Amino acid sequence: MSAFFHNLADKGIFFSDLFCQLWDKGLIQTGIWETIYLTLLSTVLAYIFGLPLGVLLTVTAENGIRPIKWLNKILGVIVNIFRSIPFIILLVAMLGVAKLIVGTSLGNSAMIVMLVLAATPYVARMVESSLKEVNAGVIEAAQAMGTPDFQIVTKVMIPEAKPALIIGAVISTVTILSYSAMAGTIGGGGLGAIAIMWGHQRSRRDVIWVCMILTVLIVQVIQEVGMAIAHRTDRRLR
Amino acid sequence: MIEIRHLNKTFYGTAEPVVALDDVSLTINDGEIFGIIGLSGAGKSTLVRCINLLERPTEGEVLIDGRDLMKLSKKELLAERRNIGMIFQGFNLLEQRNVLKNVTYPLEIAGWKKEDAEKRAKELLELVNLTDREKSYPSQLSGGQKQRVAIARALATNPKYLLCDEATSALDPTTTQSILDLLKQINRELGVTIIVITHEMRVIDLICDRVAVIDKSHIAETGAVSTVFSNPQSEIAKELILPGQTRDPRATQGGDKIRIIFEGGSSHEPVIANLVLECQAPINILFADTKEIEGKVFGHMILELPNNDRQKEKVFAWLDGHKISYQEEA
Repeated sequence: MSAFFHNLADKGIFFSDLFCQLWDKGLIQTGIWETIYLTLLSTVLAYIFGLPLGVLLTVTAENGIRPIKWLNKILGVIVNIFRSIPFIILLVAMLGVAKLIVGTSLGNSAMIVMLVLAATPYVARMVESSLKEVNAGVIEAAQAMGTPDFQIVTKVMIPEAKPALIIGAVISTVTILSYSAMAGTIGGGGLGAIAIMWGHQRSRRDVIWVCMILTVLIVQVIQEVGMAIAHRTDRRLR
Repeated sequence: MIEIRHLNKTFYGTAEPVVALDDVSLTINDGEIFGIIGLSGAGKSTLVRCINLLERPTEGEVLIDGRDLMKLSKKELLAERRNIGMIFQGFNLLEQRNVLKNVTYPLEIAGWKKEDAEKRAKELLELVNLTDREKSYPSQLSGGQKQRVAIARALATNPKYLLCDEATSALDPTTTQSILDLLKQINRELGVTIIVITHEMRVIDLICDRVAVIDKSHIAETGAVSTVFSNPQSEIAKELILPGQTRDPRATQGGDKIRIIFEGGSSHEPVIANLVLECQAPINILFADTKEIEGKVFGHMILELPNNDRQKEKVFAWLDGHKISYQEEA
């Protein structure tokens, strides 16, 4: 691969010496890994918080199985506030939270905290909209069979909404991946940081393009694999 | 026995409060198939949901074998619901579970062991004649098959009562018939008391022992199906049983009209033909609606009699002699 890039660079086709240096030092490769790592870890953590929050938003809603008006209202307002702040602003405004949790406001660890903070409300809304798709009649039937509320969630709502939840997870992952491109702002890594630092600031178009194409490839893989899983596990489509 | 006493249900929404049930009282005896019929919006779905407290009545009592459901704790109520199965118009199966797992669902909730639950589910699938479909998913089944799965699921915990909320309204006539046959079989063989909610007269006709007619949140009329059918008292019952009957504008000769009532006589006897021949009276049939239930005929016929007192006397005498009841129609 390295020889291929050097070869093209020597002939003056597209690739620059800077790109070859970055590749030889393994910076681009590390960038790929960091992007995947930031994205996946943040997504998992965002679901750990966002899934229960989404369930809470659903069950406490007026037509939910345990309506609690005030709680639903408060949660809804908090989620909406976080959802309406552009990520780049949230990132610089809330760095103190990262410092509090991971002891630093710089680098990948701080970036993960910020990604989780921004993505949790997003995930909660995704989960909420998937759970609300579950046929109310099925929930009623489960209640008629004497199902306690907790099991309505675990045995009916979540399993029945599984395909929609998986599709929601795919969309959330892609959104988090695009947020992760801003990690460079606080000294984090990944393809976004490389594109800005080495590509944009040093006017090397080849670096920008390679980072972009790699990002598109990662998104494509996430999208295809996720959709295939959603489709394969959906028993309604056979 | 299910006793419903002075039930009121009012929905307080954003707009005006809506009264769905107003002072409804009913007694449903063990072992019978009890029908509740009404037009849509009459309150029948709310009523059936009050029996297992899916809807909590605003006022009144629901007694199941003497226990007041309203006084049970949440946990006791959930346990009691296992004694009251329910099936729905939309089947409401778990789409992501196969047939067998749908039937084991209530047993899982009741804390059964997996092997025991599957054994019981297989018995039930045999009962509803779906043994070969246990690995299928609901999306692969027809409407009738889905309702059979729902029935098996509702019976899994061995309930004493089964609530059917418009269970056949989404099915074609042939499938409706087979589901009704199945319900009848369950009532007969397992002794399950069945409460049927419907807007279809035919369903009441085919399987119910007694019927309550509900109209505008009230019970308009209750009684044995044959009684209510042959002699409906309330306007709504007449409308449901004799659809399209109006005070007849087509009356021609202005003669007296009588309504004759068939209450289960033999359906093989040509009653009207015999009446005409023997009384030599030109009788005009203005309206007729009869149904055959188990070889007996039930229904009404409105006849216009000739303007001749002697012929009229003859007709009345003949009807009396043949024990056919009749009443003067206005």
